[in-house]
Amino acid sequence: MPKLKPELSQQLRSIVGDAYYREDREALVAHSYDGTPMLQSLPDGVIYPSSTAEVSAIMKVLHAHRVPLVSRGSGSNLCGGTVPVEGGIVMVMHRMNRILEIDEENLTATVQPGIITADYIAEIEARGLFYPPDPSSMKISTIGGNIAECSGGLRGLKYGTTKDYVIGLEAVLADGSVIRTGGKLMKDVAGYDLTKLLVGSEGTLAIITEATLKLIPPPKTKKTMLAMYRDLYGAARTVSRIIEARIIPATLEFMDNPTIRVVDDYAKLGLPRDMEAILLIEQDGDPESVERDIARIQGICEAERADRVEVAESREEAERLLTARRSAFTALARLRPTTILEDATVPRSRIADMVLRINEIARKYNVTIATFGHAGDGNLHPTATTDARDAEEIHRVEEAFAEIFEASIELGGTITGEHGVGLVKAPYLAWKVGEPGIEVMKGIKAAFDPHNLLNPGKIFAKQTKKRVVIQHG
Amino acid sequence: MAEINIRRKPNIQHANPLAQTLLNKLDYDQLTNCMRCGFCLPACPTFRETGIEPESPRGRIALMKAVADGLMDPDQAFQDQMNHCLGCRACEPACPADVKYGALIEQTRDAIEAHAEHRAPVAGLRKLMFRGVFPKRASLKLLGGSMALYQKSGLRKLARGSGIMKLLPEHLREMERILPDATSKGVVERLGSFYPAKGEPIAKVALFRGCIMDVMFAGTNVNTVKLLSEAGFDVVIPESQACCGALHAHSGELAEARSLAKNNIAAFREAGVSYIVSNAGGCGALLVEYDHLLQEERDERLREDARWFASRVIDVSSLIMERGRVPRFTEGSGEAGAIAITYQDSCHLRNVMKSSDAPRKLLRSVEGAAYTEMKEADRCCGSAGIYNVTQPEMAGQLLKHKMEHASATQARYMLTSNPGCLLQMKLGIQKHAPETHMEALHIVDYLHERLQPAST
Ligand SMILES: Cc1cc2nc3c(=O)[nH]c(=O)nc-3n(C[C@H](O)[C@H](O)[C@H](O)COP(=O)(O)OP(=O)(O)OC[C@H]3O[C@@H](n4cnc5c(N)ncnc54)[C@H](O)[C@@H]3O)c2cc1C
Ligand code: SF4
Ligand code: SF4
Repeated sequence: MPKLKPELSQQLRSIVGDAYYREDREALVAHSYDGTPMLQSLPDGVIYPSSTAEVSAIMKVLHAHRVPLVSRGSGSNLCGGTVPVEGGIVMVMHRMNRILEIDEENLTATVQPGIITADYIAEIEARGLFYPPDPSSMKISTIGGNIAECSGGLRGLKYGTTKDYVIGLEAVLADGSVIRTGGKLMKDVAGYDLTKLLVGSEGTLAIITEATLKLIPPPKTKKTMLAMYRDLYGAARTVSRIIEARIIPATLEFMDNPTIRVVDDYAKLGLPRDMEAILLIEQDGDPESVERDIARIQGICEAERADRVEVAESREEAERLLTARRSAFTALARLRPTTILEDATVPRSRIADMVLRINEIARKYNVTIATFGHAGDGNLHPTATTDARDAEEIHRVEEAFAEIFEASIELGGTITGEHGVGLVKAPYLAWKVGEPGIEVMKGIKAAFDPHNLLNPGKIFAKQTKKRVVIQHG
Repeated sequence: MAEINIRRKPNIQHANPLAQTLLNKLDYDQLTNCMRCGFCLPACPTFRETGIEPESPRGRIALMKAVADGLMDPDQAFQDQMNHCLGCRACEPACPADVKYGALIEQTRDAIEAHAEHRAPVAGLRKLMFRGVFPKRASLKLLGGSMALYQKSGLRKLARGSGIMKLLPEHLREMERILPDATSKGVVERLGSFYPAKGEPIAKVALFRGCIMDVMFAGTNVNTVKLLSEAGFDVVIPESQACCGALHAHSGELAEARSLAKNNIAAFREAGVSYIVSNAGGCGALLVEYDHLLQEERDERLREDARWFASRVIDVSSLIMERGRVPRFTEGSGEAGAIAITYQDSCHLRNVMKSSDAPRKLLRSVEGAAYTEMKEADRCCGSAGIYNVTQPEMAGQLLKHKMEHASATQARYMLTSNPGCLLQMKLGIQKHAPETHMEALHIVDYLHERLQPAST
């Protein structure tokens, strides 16, 4: 039974055409979930706009009827960000997928939000330019989704994340009005920085319909190395020492022992199963400085008693090493039916402490958690392999994660480094930003969207989860 | 809207009979293994064409699960969506969680088929083809014979000239034109059931001759045997073998597929060979999964035999490249410069049999030929069993894109490893690139013609 008034459906249909507004069961089911495990909720309709004008017209109709809207890229987010928990309309941005302009004089690109990240990057690189944010999901994710979640990637340490590249936006507000922020400008202090505010706003403030992105010249060369440690602290100290030595590697990735073993079982790469941790390090830039940095990093690794350090001789060998890190998720996903990949982030000097805490917590709750992630920026992905059908175990996993977030905040970190708050982290947000922080955020939300129509139920939880008491000793 | 949170196989009785059959047949573990990450989306041709979630593997799995969970009825739209899947299985290698999508879609189609009310002529034809013709050698020969008669006797000319063909839908008429000449003389009739290795035998292998293959492409079967012999293998062709059952399995006739599998396992087990060689990706992909197909059989011996069988199935290119003495091949065209050649993967060969390097290596070894990789060679051409007959529109779109990439290689020869793909490529050339003089050939036929006998 359609829940929407026929008159409303008719209005939506007349905006986009019959083929692009659907209320049939198939469409509703196929937009009731995203990449987050164990969440599902049916919308009342699905719409595919093709232009800013259509998005604006749609919002005017929905605003008049007070019907909620969830904007959706590819639904690859891991925080329940696109699950329509309060029903309403899911708006899929895929049809708005063009590159509108590549401005080689100003080094900017202007794109529509529905373009697939990897397709966009391929186009940019074909022009001999560089757009660094490369979330591991880039083959599926959209630029709009990346902006709304402020996605990061393997190159985040040296090159920053999505927020560092978005310089202008066009967006539609809840009442259908269109705003433009920023532009092709490297400097702009006219009023509040709405561009940065919309980056990472998770579809709760406005619908992004166009983005102007900064481009940079690509690095000339790249070198890759792998350092293996018997001592977790050795690996962690290496991370700090590299940064202290004023070297910023392009990539500095970490895998703990459980991850190493799982990856090796799966990909048979001959990884050192007895090591406590490995670091995957890449440097790019001019050939001489790359050589110099890699040599110095190698020195640091050895000084911190790395058991073995391998520098890739060729691009193929580098690929083999990168495969190890890239297979981490794949390998873990094959272990048990349900994989819950989390996103706790700490200052990089606290990585070893955090990994030890995670292991302790996993033991305490008797759950399997492997940890890998972006060591260079302290962004760890403790990943639980479990089975959604075992309610009791899932409960333990949830408890363990609550304690992991707690530990992360204690160590000066945060509850999410790149995946966003969405539905699943909402109960923890107050832990990080405090009550006054939540109040300011709610005020901003009300200023943009007074009737709470845009992605309701996300970021702000009805109830903050009670902080778990950590038992020491 | 309340949250829906059904994780266990629901213990419910569906009012809709098809929903109940789906609940019974679908592997619920596989449905829950899908973590909805979306990694499979870019690999899926139907998603790439349409860009909409229900047309993706993740979407289709969600729909299957929704039906099993009682969240939606398996209405006509659901059934159409399941039939819209090519079954190319490009989604499987892309999946981090190793979800067995191929099994899920087969179970779904099996359930749909069990409840299907085909219109009388369709039902009759299905029955005739699936039960009467494909499984039976004699009927196939008869079919081959009568087709040959039709093609040779002038009937074809008459039919084409008379306007009768116009009664057929456009896409079927196009197909009729590219069908190769059929024959009632299969590979055994031509070579006997044993063909010795040239030189010291490396191993004894058996040819899986296929059903359609041996009627429409008997010459390719003959060339396969000769090529294997040249590469050092003794070849036997067990006579009691039958159709592989792939068309049945993919169209929801699982019971018939299982019975064919049992027959074949018995036939090859008796032959006592080291390898069972396939030259058709579509058949090979089911053959290597006979152990899965029969995993629920009660007889342990049978399951063991199925594993024995499955572990020995190999594609002809892989066998020659990896275990054989690779012969010398030369493009003796006499034309100046190297002859450009390219290769279209058979989806099932690539995604299920995991063979994509061997055919390329063989082709790169041909002297006087220049191998060019076609863009998106790994993407389905739209043939997919009988998909181009049942879903002409989507198949046509896929083929159009395929031919754009093919033409860009400027290849003289377009090589493939599966009869369905071969016909589709011929159709593609005829429709979209007639001016290019490109020729589509089975890789075996191409190589056989370029074989340089070892100088002894
Ligand atoms: C295997 C895997 C690996 C991942 N790796 C990474 C990683 O390395 N780094 C990382 O940061 N993330 C990663 N992610 C998370 C996810 O891919 C990113 O958050 C991505 O940016 C989401 O893009 P999407 O197009 O799928 O957006 P969706 O999931 O569809 O949407 C995400 C959010 O953006 C909003 N949104 C979408 N489009 C718009 C728009 N046009 N305007 C306003 N709001 C919009 C939605 O409402 C939602 O809140 C990973 C996910 C998976 C499954
Ligand atoms: S890649 Fe696998 S797990 Fe991910 S959505 Fe597709 S089928 Fe599901
Ligand atoms: S089998 Fe092919 S068409 Fe079907 S869902 Fe998988 S990738 Fe898509």
